[in-house]
Amino acid sequence: MKVVGKPLAKVDAAAKVTGRAIYADDMLPARTLHCRILRSPHPHARIVSIDTSAARRIPGVVAVITGSDLPVKFGILPVTQDERALEHEKVRYVGDPIAAVAATEEEIAAAACDAIAVEYEVLEPVMSIEAALAIPKDERIQDYGGPNNIHKFVSLEFGDVDGGFARADNVREDVFFFQGNTHLPMEQHSAVATYIDGRVTLWSSTQVVHYVHRALAKVLELPMNRIRVIGAAHGGGFGGKTDPFAHEIIVAKLAMLTGRPVKCTLTREEVFYAHRGRHPVLMWIKTGVTADGRISAMHFRSALDGGAYGSYGVASTFYTGALQTVTYDIPAYRFEGCRVFTNKPPCGPKRGHGTPQPRFALELHLEKLAHDLGLDPVELKRRNFVKPNTRTVNWLRVTSCGLEECTDRVIKASAFHQRKRFFGRGMGFAISSYLSGAGTAIYWNDMPHSEVQIKVDRGGVTAFCGAMDIGQGSDSVLATIVAEELGLQPADIRLVTADTDTTPIDLGSYSSRVTFMAGNAALEAARKMRALLVEAVAAKTGAEASAIDVSEARVGDCSFEEASVLAEARFGTLTTAGSYTPPKIAGPYKGSGVGPSPAYSYSACVVDLDADARTGLIHVNKIWIAHDVGRAINPLLVEGQVEGSVYMGLGEALMEEQVFRKGLHKWPSMLEYKSPTFLDMPEVETFIVETNDPEGPYGAKEAGQGPLLPVPPALCSAVYDALGVWIDEIPVSPEKVTEALRRKEKGEPPRYGPPRFPSIPYPEAIKVQPPPKDFDAAAATI
Amino acid sequence: MKNEITRDVERVVLALDVNGEARQLLVAVHKTLLEVLREDLQLTGTKHGCELGECGTCTVLIDGRPELSCLSLPIQLQGRAITTVEGMASGSELHPLQTAFAELGAAQCGYCTPGILLSARALLEENARPSRDEIREALAGNLCRCTGYTKILQAIELAAERMR
Ligand code: FES
Ligand code: FES
Repeated sequence: MKVVGKPLAKVDAAAKVTGRAIYADDMLPARTLHCRILRSPHPHARIVSIDTSAARRIPGVVAVITGSDLPVKFGILPVTQDERALEHEKVRYVGDPIAAVAATEEEIAAAACDAIAVEYEVLEPVMSIEAALAIPKDERIQDYGGPNNIHKFVSLEFGDVDGGFARADNVREDVFFFQGNTHLPMEQHSAVATYIDGRVTLWSSTQVVHYVHRALAKVLELPMNRIRVIGAAHGGGFGGKTDPFAHEIIVAKLAMLTGRPVKCTLTREEVFYAHRGRHPVLMWIKTGVTADGRISAMHFRSALDGGAYGSYGVASTFYTGALQTVTYDIPAYRFEGCRVFTNKPPCGPKRGHGTPQPRFALELHLEKLAHDLGLDPVELKRRNFVKPNTRTVNWLRVTSCGLEECTDRVIKASAFHQRKRFFGRGMGFAISSYLSGAGTAIYWNDMPHSEVQIKVDRGGVTAFCGAMDIGQGSDSVLATIVAEELGLQPADIRLVTADTDTTPIDLGSYSSRVTFMAGNAALEAARKMRALLVEAVAAKTGAEASAIDVSEARVGDCSFEEASVLAEARFGTLTTAGSYTPPKIAGPYKGSGVGPSPAYSYSACVVDLDADARTGLIHVNKIWIAHDVGRAINPLLVEGQVEGSVYMGLGEALMEEQVFRKGLHKWPSMLEYKSPTFLDMPEVETFIVETNDPEGPYGAKEAGQGPLLPVPPALCSAVYDALGVWIDEIPVSPEKVTEALRRKEKGEPPRYGPPRFPSIPYPEAIKVQPPPKDFDAAAATI
Repeated sequence: MKNEITRDVERVVLALDVNGEARQLLVAVHKTLLEVLREDLQLTGTKHGCELGECGTCTVLIDGRPELSCLSLPIQLQGRAITTVEGMASGSELHPLQTAFAELGAAQCGYCTPGILLSARALLEENARPSRDEIREALAGNLCRCTGYTKILQAIELAAERMR
């Protein structure tokens, strides 16, 4: 390997460090109009009337639109098309968009929004999971789902759960709560649209140009070939720019109406309300273990506070129950999940999508079980680790699995078992797993999930792919793979990415799918191109094709340029294509589509901290993290993803929370919404573990999300280690710690967390037979 | 609070020294330096994350000291030396901080990078040998959501070493 595995600078590094990269808000085409959106001040209300006449009279206002201009509903999932770009009947959270103005200046647009008179009939807001489960005082938030404000139920049972519990020597139940939090990308969402010759072009800070393309076509009622979506340089997403957003549709509509470019950049406050972040999840978990510390059955319940709309919520709900089995061998498993609507900004996918919450619960719960049994928690977990090349009880296919090695690395490096025990100092351990891309597409189809084209001519090599680099380095991964196969350097490869007009499809930067899927597509396209070059050189020089080495900018005895001239003369235009379609590995049951992935990454983590019993303050000293990435295509970028994930996990564990008072966000600013600064971030020691996945490109798996997952539970275990109290609720604020200590002193259970799990009318579980014992786990596709 | 528009916005002629160039422009008196840089001078390398003085993304140097451009009024800055990320390289040669950030992967999405580069440059000009804690202290006002800060710290240390 010449470039794969090397810590090379990112291909866009120079553009990023010089300020040359053009983000959406940096664009200002001539005659651009500025758009501002009027948003609901009420969490729940019917719209009686909207009067825009005063706004229209303001000089400088060019267009004003309301819901009747954009009546078609959209939504990221086909089953929940419940959003409108502008609502004209009912608003469901503070921040729901109602009207939009395009004006010559942003201040004029803002003033015009204030001049719009909206008459509301205020309805009782539903602000908690408990309230959503109850009969609504006025009316339901959405007119689908139910009973009450329940959006979605999931109820699945794999194997003989009752039998498993009967077999157990020890059974334990716990309740946990993971507070919601938000992505807080440094870049505020922004979009610019033009309408020229009957075609809409939209530049946006999106993670998924394709889904924005689809939503625009639907709502604007234009064929997709009349719309072009281009991903501008991206200022951070973390899942928060994965839905199609109202402002993207609005600027396109306003551009169509005015014939001028229209730009909308959300204010930071609006970004907090746009949200789509981490669901608050209440969880109940019950596990049976035999005397030798083996899990015999598990029952997991989740209740997700979804906010006002569907977003990715159906998938999020499934995800709260899907991946427990991918780290631990659970022979019988029941999962009951439920998502409710509340009058808050919609929740959706944030780094780890639906899985950090159950991972937090599962890891802490097993920790407690180990204490019950008098076992070392690391040992208890190890006894139940899944093995490579197996099928889980819920039919998930596990291939490469580096759990053991990850655990070894962090346990050894941190001297976990040799740690000095004294009050106020603690260490905690946790593991996790995440997808390398979802195995099924968001909308049902049989087409590839990623496609790459390569063109070689006298100007060099260009690779085309719809993938969107959101800072994680997907452009660099593509360039590295193409360069490796063609014997070049990544900087030699020109890239055209994330443009629906010029690039073949890629489903976008979410679910940690790009390295695996676009990487495999790039590998196929590059290998085909390499074969053409080799064949041409072989024909010219008489050398055996198999003896021709492609490296160091040479193809056998020819320079790369000479080889490309020979090949173009021989074959005509030199283009090749590759695509990637995940294997059909989902289990034979309804709802099996969420959870399967062509490969799972694994992580293990140890947190070392000081906890002050007097103040409840926690100071993290160091974090060790090992991540099974399969193969690091660029170790520098993998480390960056791991460190960034750990950082974000630590923020969620210690301070980040998205909470509301009477429908209003309590802290919609970067000062009040606490996130870790340079001063809060401890030293992180990263170990890259390579298990060489059989299906990943060069063996690679994901790195961008998985390493977040073990941090919150490892931190809480460390708090227990330090102070002897369990904090069963994220984030671990000083008040929770001191309250738990106070309870401990009073002789109450030494714990802070939700007292109970509500009674939820889950439907009867669908019983699913686990895969047969002799099932060829690794190879089988269904 | 309602937004108001006064039709007759007062405009002033400003003489600004930006990256060593004397620039004259006519702008609305209430515009922030951030707006003037980005909108009137097309220096879009300076980014913003809040426009309220809370994130550090919009940091520029004024007479060599880091300042938040979203809170600065250009009318008060005439005669002062304003440096933005566009002014960091000399010609096509990158500043050692820029090179180190690129080499070590200290810029992921790159959105916080211009502000952090400028804060770091101010630090290194004052203190050629900062300890890690001194770097943390100097950069505590610059948020980054991507990197977890580790690679940024390493890159600043590498640049400091090369600059000595
Ligand atoms: S933009 Fe956030 S501090 Fe200026
Ligand atoms: S690199 Fe993305 S915010 Fe710092």
